Amino acid sequence: MDTDIALILTLDGITTGAIYVLIALGTVLIFSVTRVIFVPFGDIAAFSALTLAAIQLGRLPGTVWLVVVLAALALVMETVDLVRRGDLPRLPRAALLYGLLPCLPPAIAWLTTGMKLPMALQMLVALSLILPIAPLIDRIAFRPLAGASTLILLIVAVAVHFAISGLALLFFGPEGFRTEPISTASFDLFGLTITFQMALMVASAVIFSGLLFLYFEHTISGKSLKATASNRTGARLVGIRPVRAGTLAFLLASALGGLSGLLIGPVTTLYYDSGFIIGLKAFVGAIIGGLVSYPVTAIGALLVGVLESFASFYDSALKETIVFSALIPILLWRSFLTGSHDEEDEEIEG
Amino acid sequence: MSALLDVARLSVNYGKVEAVTNVSISVAPGQIVTIIGPNGAGKTTLLSAIMGLVKSRGIVRYDGMDVARLGVEDRLANGLCLVPESRELFGDMSVHDNLLLGAYLYRHDATYIRDSFERVFGLFPRLAERRTQIANTLSGGERQMLALGRALMAKPRLLMLDEPSLGLAPLIVREIFRIIASLRTLGVSVLLVEQNARAALETADFGYVLETGELSLEGRASDLLHDQRVTATYLGGHT
Repeated sequence: MDTDIALILTLDGITTGAIYVLIALGTVLIFSVTRVIFVPFGDIAAFSALTLAAIQLGRLPGTVWLVVVLAALALVMETVDLVRRGDLPRLPRAALLYGLLPCLPPAIAWLTTGMKLPMALQMLVALSLILPIAPLIDRIAFRPLAGASTLILLIVAVAVHFAISGLALLFFGPEGFRTEPISTASFDLFGLTITFQMALMVASAVIFSGLLFLYFEHTISGKSLKATASNRTGARLVGIRPVRAGTLAFLLASALGGLSGLLIGPVTTLYYDSGFIIGLKAFVGAIIGGLVSYPVTAIGALLVGVLESFASFYDSALKETIVFSALIPILLWRSFLTGSHDEEDEEIEG
Repeated sequence: MSALLDVARLSVNYGKVEAVTNVSISVAPGQIVTIIGPNGAGKTTLLSAIMGLVKSRGIVRYDGMDVARLGVEDRLANGLCLVPESRELFGDMSVHDNLLLGAYLYRHDATYIRDSFERVFGLFPRLAERRTQIANTLSGGERQMLALGRALMAKPRLLMLDEPSLGLAPLIVREIFRIIASLRTLGVSVLLVEQNARAALETADFGYVLETGELSLEGRASDLLHDQRVTATYLGGHT
């Protein structure tokens, strides 16, 4: 291999890695706030790309029905909960939050079906359809289990993944889709051809990681999420509702997942079940960050992208095997780190 | 004068074990009331039940209303505030952020937040010096100050303190008790749970003794200080 090929592979890996960064950051965010390992994250990304593809083909995306059904389920559960608790004054608010609000994007999608919208608006419609999905799943599947162990939450998350990818098969069919390229332009950098699409993927990862950082460091809402992740009891004692923090985390994650889908749509042919493997690779990145550290997670996700790119150059049949085998040394290294970390904590206590 | 907090026949079970049995206590506005008793008597459980962190039977009336149906956040919004024994700080966040989040319910009121910072930094100048420091790196005394400060940011009317002097050096203990006594002038009532019975009774107006989940004694703090049963059991080694 010469340096040119190595450079191209690295560049390619960083581009793919950029997508993993977005999903991995969302995974860490959801886990640290709610203790849920959100397995269907990749499915949400795939849904986003497939939704945009359907819109571009002039069809009504099946996502519309998914959102409406989820909203109806969530509304019923919330109503039953409120009635059982005798908290009737909050019913109108619940109807607004779980009934009306999530149904706005489907209504817009339905009204604009077949219209030749500019691409930016198409993407906006697709993204707005994706936004309510994760918070609604949270309300339906995870909130009733708030006190459950991480393992039970993980099992439920796996079940949700199968349900969602099954629905994706129903809504979009078994054939693959590719969305229209955002731009076909490209430019040269140090003798390498870089497409505008690649630059956009990397730039999005950088910008949205940066925004996430600013959100955590400089807004009270971001700090409330950090606080919930840091100390759940402490957060309750200052009046931060865990439920609200969870909804916020899932909403942000939905946005990150949706965005990743829109970015990979034009470069990869996606099928109803393509999301899972994307989510898993991002999860490897999140593991490198120990499911706590955002910067290490971002670096980890980039590494996964580069590793995948080199692995597919050497043996494309084995690329997934190579990427996931990397988990073993990573976990060994993490457990070694965590071991010494505990000792440090004790020293501070003493 | 009607009581700010009125707890009647409160019981808490952990599984089949009854941790608190039929406890009735009350705190008047502006009062400092202490609950003393040995380890494992159920003092922490009692405070957690009043705050709504654990389920209980019996009546908890706060400011004239039955709070049984209110969650932790709603009780806090009414000025009922708990500083737990474990402090429960946001360990990886700065002193400033910990305090800021204390005023989370008043996050839209910039004036209130500014004034509260000023008040807390006035009470604890040390916290002002350590403003940007991460909570986990503070000393034990500073952490207790931060926990107290964070609670004071939440506009408390009744502050429940669980073992505020636990594990602290004597000099800092004195400092903490001085501040607790000064809370009265801020219009904050205090329900104080302590193992350091002498310091607690010297600071408080009224006292209860909790043993194995039940009240065994109550009275004016100054009387309890001289009560033989109290001096024999709780003040013995402290003279």
